Amino acid sequence: MTAYSAAHTTSAGKRLVDILRAHHSDILRDWIEVQIGRRSLPASELRAQCEEFLTLLVPALQNAHDPSIDGVSWQPAKEFLSNLSAVRAQQGFSPSETATFVFSLKQSIFQRIRDAGMTDAASIADDMWAATLLFDALGLYTTEVYQRGREQVIMRQQQDMLELSTPVVTLWDGVVALPLIGTLDSARTQVVMETLLHRIVETGATIAVIDITGVPTVDTLTAQHLLKTVTAARLMGAECIISGIRPQIAQTIVHLGVDLGDITTKSTLADAFRVALSRTGRTVTRTFAGAGPQRNGERPS
Amino acid sequence: MERIPILRMGSFLLVTIQVDMHDRLAMTLQDDLTRRIVEVNAKGVLLDISSLDMVDSFIGRMISNIAAMSRVLDAETVVVGMQPAVAITLVELGLSLPNVRTALNVERGMELLRAAAQLVAEGADGRDSP
Repeated sequence: MTAYSAAHTTSAGKRLVDILRAHHSDILRDWIEVQIGRRSLPASELRAQCEEFLTLLVPALQNAHDPSIDGVSWQPAKEFLSNLSAVRAQQGFSPSETATFVFSLKQSIFQRIRDAGMTDAASIADDMWAATLLFDALGLYTTEVYQRGREQVIMRQQQDMLELSTPVVTLWDGVVALPLIGTLDSARTQVVMETLLHRIVETGATIAVIDITGVPTVDTLTAQHLLKTVTAARLMGAECIISGIRPQIAQTIVHLGVDLGDITTKSTLADAFRVALSRTGRTVTRTFAGAGPQRNGERPS
Repeated sequence: MERIPILRMGSFLLVTIQVDMHDRLAMTLQDDLTRRIVEVNAKGVLLDISSLDMVDSFIGRMISNIAAMSRVLDAETVVVGMQPAVAITLVELGLSLPNVRTALNVERGMELLRAAAQLVAEGADGRDSP
């Protein structure tokens, strides 16, 4: 802001306060009318919101020392806009629709400035400029808050996904399973690895089954991450079995030249579980004939 | 001079690392351990590193060396109680200790050693260990 415009906008700001005071109900009516045409929101709710904002606007303008909206006096008005923006984001309003709440006030204010009967073109222009600056700043603030709210939601969801997507389940005494779902990137692998290793310590498991049925693609990086996890688990004294390898993924692994070494791999979690049981010295037996289909390797009783 | 104690349990040796490892200590341990293996004709070495919470490539190599030396002297080495953070670090350092046997805790490590010793004792019976 240059000194020139600052001096003018503050005097213009005072005139704006006068206009807002003198034509409070008219401005409110026009403003609501403009907005009702745009978006279906309960008229009573809209009216309450508009009224509250106008009541906050006047003291904020009066006590402001400079034309920006950074001052302390703007705090209540900004807080109101933040809440409004958050509520509207939840109601599914778009950012422009949310910002329009402030911008649509311009038309009504400009109308009053025109009707004020000023003959001096320069002062009319000054008033217009001051009002434009003010409402643009407020409108942009609303958008910013809206966006910040969205970003917070995204960040929280990312965090949730990280935590939700790495559950370690106990299949049997001494056997844990880690069903992986989604793409494995470096950050996720770190979480996966840590969760798995800690659970191995907690449960004292000797066998961990990593099920990759839900992993859409395996590239060299993912394979490397998997190998690291398996090696780390082995270092701690637990054996890893990788299960849920789909035909496509088996092909990819071979084409990429990834060496899985002596890691036991199985195509289904059931097979891996059977191996885990037999390695811990257990077998599955059928208690009576005819209960479900006979599986390979199951001992008839 | 600081030394890491080497305890004898039957035909096995138990080494518990509870202090920060440094070069000199590691060399002394290697000397002591190899000598003890020969002295008592040990069939297995249990290396407990559960209180080791920091590890570098030197210690990683030391563990690997101890295992290799013991094997030359006909004693199986089992590393037990590695902390998750240590395991991750070793893997990130590229030290996957391929020829070292591991177990979750001392008890499991002992079982492993006993099973291995039994296997050796049974010799050419062709029977699998339980």
